[in-house]
Amino acid sequence: MKRWLFLASLLILAGYFIAGGVWLRPFGEPARSEMDRYFIEHAQTEVAANNVVTAIVFDYRGYDTLGEATVLFAAVVGVALLLRRARG
Amino acid sequence: MSVIVRTVSRVVAPVALAFGAYVIMHGHLTPGGGFQGGAVVASVVALLVVAFGCERWRKWTHVLLPLEDVGAMAFVILAFLGVGATFFRNVLAGSGGLFGAPVPQLGPNPGALNTAGTLPLMNWAVGFKVIAGLGAVVLLLALFGREDG
Repeated sequence: MKRWLFLASLLILAGYFIAGGVWLRPFGEPARSEMDRYFIEHAQTEVAANNVVTAIVFDYRGYDTLGEATVLFAAVVGVALLLRRARG
Repeated sequence: MSVIVRTVSRVVAPVALAFGAYVIMHGHLTPGGGFQGGAVVASVVALLVVAFGCERWRKWTHVLLPLEDVGAMAFVILAFLGVGATFFRNVLAGSGGLFGAPVPQLGPNPGALNTAGTLPLMNWAVGFKVIAGLGAVVLLLALFGREDG
């Protein structure tokens, strides 16, 4: 019973992956969207940064970076709590 | 570790440190930034732990863990600088002061270090955070399981 359940879920998952591969969009389409055109054209004038990726990460989408930093902070705090030297 | 590993890591560690500092410092000009450069520098910590053993770096955890909080606080304070307009407003960009110069020319150009406002400062803040955080994680994982560890 367990084995049949496992086999069925494996087949369904494999079907999803194969369908996703068959109906994949052609490479490079859509070529540009309004959003990345805005970022590419305005990053040098608004943020004065040559690196558009950094301009997005630290300026346009700073909240995402703050969340990323919070994830790192939580990971470090968790490791420090679990693996610190036990007192007493 | 053997003499070969220790000698090679003595040569490689300063180079990797300099490269990490370069990646952080030029985050607003070239690919990379605070996270990537911090990971490079944290790999130096891993190299030193592997080559020289973790015991002699034990007291560094007391330095690295507060440094991580300092980086996080600096990042949030830099974000609060622009709170007059919005959170994360880049107040220093184009102001003419520190990091306030405009780009040398529009389109592809070699770039100038004194541009991009708060971005380089935020890169350093995040870089310190990642250096200290990942370095402390590597050290703590290496020290775990030792006696009185």
